[in-house]
Amino acid sequence: MISLVLIVLTSLFFMGIVVRTKSIASGRKGPGLFQPMKDVIRLWKKGAVYSKTTSFIFQIAPSIYFASIIMAILVIPFGQYKGIVSFDGDFVFFAYVLALGKFFSIIGALDTGSSFEGMGASREALYSMLAEPAFFILMGSFALYTGHTSFHEIFVSLHFGSYISYGLGTLATFVLMMIAMIENSRMPVDDPKTHLELTMVHEVMILDNSGFDLGLILYGTNLKFAMYGALITNFFTGSFSIGVSILIFLAVQFFFAVAVGILESFSARYRMGNNAQFIFTLTSISILIFFGVLLIMGKFV
Amino acid sequence: MAYIQTYMAILVASLLVIPFLKVTWKGIITLSVVILNAILSGYLVFPALLGEKLAYVFQGSLVTGEIPVRIDALSAWFILLINFTVVTGALYGLHYMKAYKKQSSNIALHCLAFLLMQASLTAICVIQNSLVFLFAWEIMTISSFVLVIFEYYKQDTLKAGINFLIQSHAGVLLLTLGFIWVYYRTGSYDFNAISQFSVTYPHIVSLGLFFCFFIGFAVKAGFVPFHTWLPYAHPASPSHISGVMSGVIIKIGIFGILRMLQLIETDYMVLGYIILVFSVISGIYGVMLAILQHNLKKLLAYHSIENIGIIGIGIGLGTLGLGQQSNTLILLGFGGALLHVLNHSLFKSLLFYSAGNVYQSTHTMNIEHFGGLVKQMPHTTVLFLIAALAICGLPPFNGFVSEFLIYSGLFDGMASKEMLNLMVLLFSVFGMVLIGGLALLCFTKAFGAMFLGNPRHQFHSAPKESGTGKLVPMYMAALFIVAIGLFPQFFFRLMSEPLKLYSNKIIISGAISSAVSIGETMQNIGFGAVGFIVLGLLIFFIRRKVTAQKPKPILTTWGCAYVGETEKMQYTASSFTRSYRKLVEPMLSIKKRKIEIEGVFPVFGRHETHPQDKIEEFFIDKPWNLMKVFFGKFRFLQNGNPQFYVLYGAVFIALIIGFPVIMETIKKIIYFLNQI
Repeated sequence: MISLVLIVLTSLFFMGIVVRTKSIASGRKGPGLFQPMKDVIRLWKKGAVYSKTTSFIFQIAPSIYFASIIMAILVIPFGQYKGIVSFDGDFVFFAYVLALGKFFSIIGALDTGSSFEGMGASREALYSMLAEPAFFILMGSFALYTGHTSFHEIFVSLHFGSYISYGLGTLATFVLMMIAMIENSRMPVDDPKTHLELTMVHEVMILDNSGFDLGLILYGTNLKFAMYGALITNFFTGSFSIGVSILIFLAVQFFFAVAVGILESFSARYRMGNNAQFIFTLTSISILIFFGVLLIMGKFV
Repeated sequence: MAYIQTYMAILVASLLVIPFLKVTWKGIITLSVVILNAILSGYLVFPALLGEKLAYVFQGSLVTGEIPVRIDALSAWFILLINFTVVTGALYGLHYMKAYKKQSSNIALHCLAFLLMQASLTAICVIQNSLVFLFAWEIMTISSFVLVIFEYYKQDTLKAGINFLIQSHAGVLLLTLGFIWVYYRTGSYDFNAISQFSVTYPHIVSLGLFFCFFIGFAVKAGFVPFHTWLPYAHPASPSHISGVMSGVIIKIGIFGILRMLQLIETDYMVLGYIILVFSVISGIYGVMLAILQHNLKKLLAYHSIENIGIIGIGIGLGTLGLGQQSNTLILLGFGGALLHVLNHSLFKSLLFYSAGNVYQSTHTMNIEHFGGLVKQMPHTTVLFLIAALAICGLPPFNGFVSEFLIYSGLFDGMASKEMLNLMVLLFSVFGMVLIGGLALLCFTKAFGAMFLGNPRHQFHSAPKESGTGKLVPMYMAALFIVAIGLFPQFFFRLMSEPLKLYSNKIIISGAISSAVSIGETMQNIGFGAVGFIVLGLLIFFIRRKVTAQKPKPILTTWGCAYVGETEKMQYTASSFTRSYRKLVEPMLSIKKRKIEIEGVFPVFGRHETHPQDKIEEFFIDKPWNLMKVFFGKFRFLQNGNPQFYVLYGAVFIALIIGFPVIMETIKKIIYFLNQI
């Protein structure tokens, strides 16, 4: 329960921090921290335009996409506290529920019969498919390390002991952060600020969404960021008390948002053709973590 | 005993009666016999599923010896799921075949073959005498061959059918070999002789025996590289047959493998590794090719290979559990495999029936020609969507449950911490994830291109929704898909007896606790699924409330300020998978033909891709061509001259008669030489 509340809270200003960081990096003052959230609320109050090509799929897709994100958040634990849904192997459920949301956002885009939206859908389907193995092997490594297969038990029994394990923690943070960037279609693979449909990934998928649905999708992105931030936080809050854990949580989310902002300010998007390779290298980093775990457990000697 | 005799009597009577009936009655009688026999056999075997073992012995003949019929929980599980799919297939087929009403005699044969197929599938599950088993197997093969070539006047169909027949018999050859081997050593056709054989001989021998059977059954199941008949046979047959074939006929191969695993004692670790590697390759290869297909039924056929791979991963995992004496792994592995057999039979038959609906209203299977069918065929769309989500293994549907069991098994199996084991499991996890992701890409493509967007092609008559007769069996399958997704604990409990057949093979430690904890996890998944549906409905409800009073203008799709017709500018299925195709092109063989557009005002451009099966080229086409070349060398013998043929006959007779004489002479010469 506590993770849900904290994630929802963070999602309110997460994007604000990202935008502010980018503004400061480019020498502007930038909008207030809650501006992105205000934009979402404005969208929620608006009517919507629908294409005459679309069917009921287009109507239900954003709701299901949003529901999948909420469901995934319910699985995430907070320090000592279980998520609302918690069982052995719940990270499989987590990944597959998110995939369900992705399925619907893709067919929602295809429902418009647009000449652009299929392009984004195709890319999104491919990229998220390529990013999945990295997540599973990462979680598999920690399952191997701790001997448990649920988020809560893994994080509770995760102890950083040696130098190698700190290295692994850093790598895992990197992998999760990159997965978050890919899942949210942010900088290294996709530029949310681009103005040409041909070079977009996520933005081009939601061209025809407007009003409440668009608000849901945009807020979903905020939630997803906060969700991955919470997942990263869990690596570090194993045995602290609740007060300290919340502080760590906020700090991690803040640094995560700043890192996203800095990354987006100072790097350029990869060429479309190279994205696939880049995403697949994440899997090799995950495999590196797997071997690191084997090293800690003395399997290599 | 009485039930079995009644079953046989009904079957024989209907076989004799059906050819003499009118066309409409043929279908109805067939359907009622199918349902009657399904109820009869289902009623008989249901106690077996709950743990009561049934055994009958038939007298048999001098050749076969006694024919034991043993019904255990494994047979019961398979018979029940076969019955369900065969019944939905018959229900669907009754209406599907109305389009072919004029081919009266052809339909009679089709009905007979359908009944024989059902009976032989049931028989295969229970008969435990190798000779009679092979007999039933042969009836099953031939009847399904007849079913496949219903449209025999189409050359492709006939070709596909013959391909299927030949490859199936290559499988039968290996099965026969295995059974003869056992008979030669033990002198018994009884299946118990197989386990007796494997106990008396060293592990390596029984491993050899297992692979004899494994490959024999793998041809039927469609493991790579024995899958090549599948992508031809499925598109060629009528849709209800494709559904039944993909749903249950190929599963009988899985049944054979599971049965042999239960009978043969061998080095389970090695076996587990080999099955896992085979299965992961099958799974990935199947789905990799599925994405590129343009023919919907061929796409689904390649997905069958993928799902056989997933089932195989479960079986391999369970086998590792047998090797490591781990009850948890056995439950998760075999449990996942058995449940996925059921799940796949449900959603794959549903997909094929949907394909049938689409085919009968548009008369094409080319994905690129469809588009916007959601408006004309809403029921088919929803059913296809449910099946597509289920086959991708997404919650809250049934595919997720079985894949979840297998995933849990893979992660649990890592606890053994042995290096080789870890590597194989890591490879399997990687394979499973990739399969899942690629399936998602494939079905978003198929669903999106077929049902969504604008129509891409002008059909002779506008596509329209199929009648209730076809939709009812489809909703039946869909109901089960949702039920398994929402109440997995119930179905897991149903599997407890079939799973005990395997867990009884090891010395049990903590058996009950692991079954209970998996049961709890299943319950949690059920709660999660229900919770998700409630959550989705809640959000949708809020959305409706909030937007009820808002303006909702209907306009054209956004096209960068272009507001004209956009059908031709839509993204096609091929362009949807283009970035994927670019990625995998080096690994697969894709034939391309291209006419570039030229000039300032281009008139014509064209781009075709024809995905080929590289393994087929390598395993079937190449040896085949070499064989042709080799036998071509002897073509001079067949010169069409009768005198030569008489000569061959004379030479042959002379050789037969002269053989002992020649042998005698050679012996004498050798003796003579020895003397010197």
